[in-house]
Amino acid sequence: MALKGLDIFKLSPKTNCKDCGCPTCMAFSMKVARGAMTLDKCPHMSPESLAKLSSATEPPMKTISIGEHKLGGETVMLRHEKTLVNRNLYGAFLCANMPDEEIDKRIAESMAVDYERIGERMIVEVLYVNAPAEQSPERCAEVAKKAAETGRDLVIEAADEERAKAALASAGAAAKVLAGANAANWEVFNALATAKKLVLGVKAANLSEAHDIIEKLEAAGNKNLIVDVTGGSIKEAFANAMQLRRAALKDGDRSFGYPSIVNTARLARGDRHMQAALASLFTLRYGSIVVLDSMSYAEALPLYGLRQNIFTDPQKPMKVEPGVYPLNGADENSPCCVTVDFALTYFVVSGELERSGVPINMFITDAGGYSVLTSWAAGKFSAGSIEKFFKDFDIDSKYKNKTLILPGKVAVLKGELEARLPGWNIVVGTTEAIQLVRFLRDFKS
Amino acid sequence: MGFTAKAQVYKAAIQETVLGAGEKALTLGGARTQPLCAFDEAWKNAPAVGVEVSDIPFETAGLPALAAWYEGCGSFGDRVKKAAEMEGAKFICLHFEGADPGGENKSVEEIVALAKEAAAATDLPLVIAGCKNVEKDQALFSAVSDALPDRNPLFLSAREEDYKTIGAACAMANGHKVGAESAVDINLAKQLNVLMTQLGVPAAGIVMNLGSAAAGYGFEYVASTMDRVKAAALEQNDTMLQMPVITPVALETWSVKESIMSEADMPEWGSQEERAIEMEIVTASACLTSGSDAVILRHPESVKTIAAMIAALA
Repeated sequence: MALKGLDIFKLSPKTNCKDCGCPTCMAFSMKVARGAMTLDKCPHMSPESLAKLSSATEPPMKTISIGEHKLGGETVMLRHEKTLVNRNLYGAFLCANMPDEEIDKRIAESMAVDYERIGERMIVEVLYVNAPAEQSPERCAEVAKKAAETGRDLVIEAADEERAKAALASAGAAAKVLAGANAANWEVFNALATAKKLVLGVKAANLSEAHDIIEKLEAAGNKNLIVDVTGGSIKEAFANAMQLRRAALKDGDRSFGYPSIVNTARLARGDRHMQAALASLFTLRYGSIVVLDSMSYAEALPLYGLRQNIFTDPQKPMKVEPGVYPLNGADENSPCCVTVDFALTYFVVSGELERSGVPINMFITDAGGYSVLTSWAAGKFSAGSIEKFFKDFDIDSKYKNKTLILPGKVAVLKGELEARLPGWNIVVGTTEAIQLVRFLRDFKS
Repeated sequence: MGFTAKAQVYKAAIQETVLGAGEKALTLGGARTQPLCAFDEAWKNAPAVGVEVSDIPFETAGLPALAAWYEGCGSFGDRVKKAAEMEGAKFICLHFEGADPGGENKSVEEIVALAKEAAAATDLPLVIAGCKNVEKDQALFSAVSDALPDRNPLFLSAREEDYKTIGAACAMANGHKVGAESAVDINLAKQLNVLMTQLGVPAAGIVMNLGSAAAGYGFEYVASTMDRVKAAALEQNDTMLQMPVITPVALETWSVKESIMSEADMPEWGSQEERAIEMEIVTASACLTSGSDAVILRHPESVKTIAAMIAALA
């Protein structure tokens, strides 16, 4: 658990030498306790003190890198308590037991998912390759090679050293995690993972056994770990994921301060709908790499949307890019409407506009990412800001239909806008997005 | 040295509320653990899945499985009966969209007749959802409540604007249950519960509808509101936030782009029905994980899957 300033001060040299930049050792200790400075800024700490302190001042959950992605590093159980830091990754499950057609199908389906949503590229980040004992090392290597060719990051789970070596060798730099370290093989797997600088995935019969293995690995100097919490049933997987995170964040159990792997493909046993339900569950509750059979658009659209929602800082609003969004095939002769760049406003309003089927140009202005009334109250959505938008995007000369629909909640801007945008017919729209469909249909006729 | 898990069981519990009457009556709430954490302590009552049936038949273009499920159903009663047959269905939500004065504007008498027809078609508990028009919903809920005195239905929803009429007519006069609807905000939710109890509605007669959103459409507000409500209910024993939560998932997910764009318009997205089902499933699962005690769904596949997930977690 977090150390208090005084605990650190007791172990400090107490010389007030100022080499750390602080006036006194006490001041330095308080800053370290707050997380504002790190211990290594003091050159005079005794090795014994350092050893005692460094484990105690470590963050409760380690941040693990998988290629360009970061996992873990969380400090709270729920996003409203502060914020969640690193979003989970989604993976597709490939096993050397599967026929080639099945493997090809899964890869093709998963690779087809590639789109952008509010500035974020949505892809299957990870391919999970299983190299089981029933298959020859050559076969395992072949499947790993196929997976590596996609360019995505690989998790390789191997039954033994021979298969691990074969699969890792053919996967090359794509391999990022070696999974399957258990009570029997952890030493060998640890050596393999450490030599290739891979994250080591621990897979044990239960959490207690996992804890034992992690303690041994940590004693051997490896803290680049991830824990497979899948277990034998859905209930067990959920319990494991919850307990691992609770132990790390609430009870300060450093040996469980690692991200997790949840393999929903193994839990759902071919039921795609159950798999989607579980992927949603583990996106919210502590799956760091959530593995599915494969990812199609049907699963990706809701899951990636959910993830994008949950892994946002509650203190920072989600914004969309200001600009003109033509909807339903709108062109220069279609009417225009204006609103703010708050992502939720954008989604709700554009959804309703699309539902109306009426061609319309949607203007998104830079309002700091706040909702209509909030940004209006803050002066970020005003006749002036709309006029500036018209200048920045050269609206007046581009659009022939000079009708501009204003959100009903800022009807008060009508007069000033008419003065600032001569030639434009300013129409007050609805106060709620849900009323837009009828409003537009009536408006058109 | 291994690891021994500590069960996280609170002293406070989610309030228990009974919907419906007779053998099929359904109790919501009762948990003393975080949502879905049956591994900490076995559930008194599992979360429940209900099926939405609208008085206006669903648009089924591009949705062959949904169309097939209701094939041959001539009347509203037929559809209710068929909905009740879905695997895992524990209650039926009668959604009277057709009462909307801006739409079909069905009269209160017509709606009452439909509600009676539905009640005769199933003995599952009934949840009555209105048309979102404050004036119409007040008249409609009062009349339906009077028409189904012994069925103990739940009315969705009473809002700040109409909780007095609905609370008095449905809950106080007839002893029925009322859903308190607030717009994803813990303070508004609590305030409405306080107002309703001050009016004289018993706390046990209230179920919360904290608002919903489809996955990807501002779901972080739904999740964080539910997280905070559950924390207040369990950790701080806040009795004004201990009511069970019901979430009409289907009413959100079936109108988003992912569910309504046809395959012809979006060939790379694949089957429209699969998209609509997965959107409903992912959203429902996320609601239950965040703390819903009941979810309302539309598609038989979603109902089956979510019910199976709940059973697997029990």
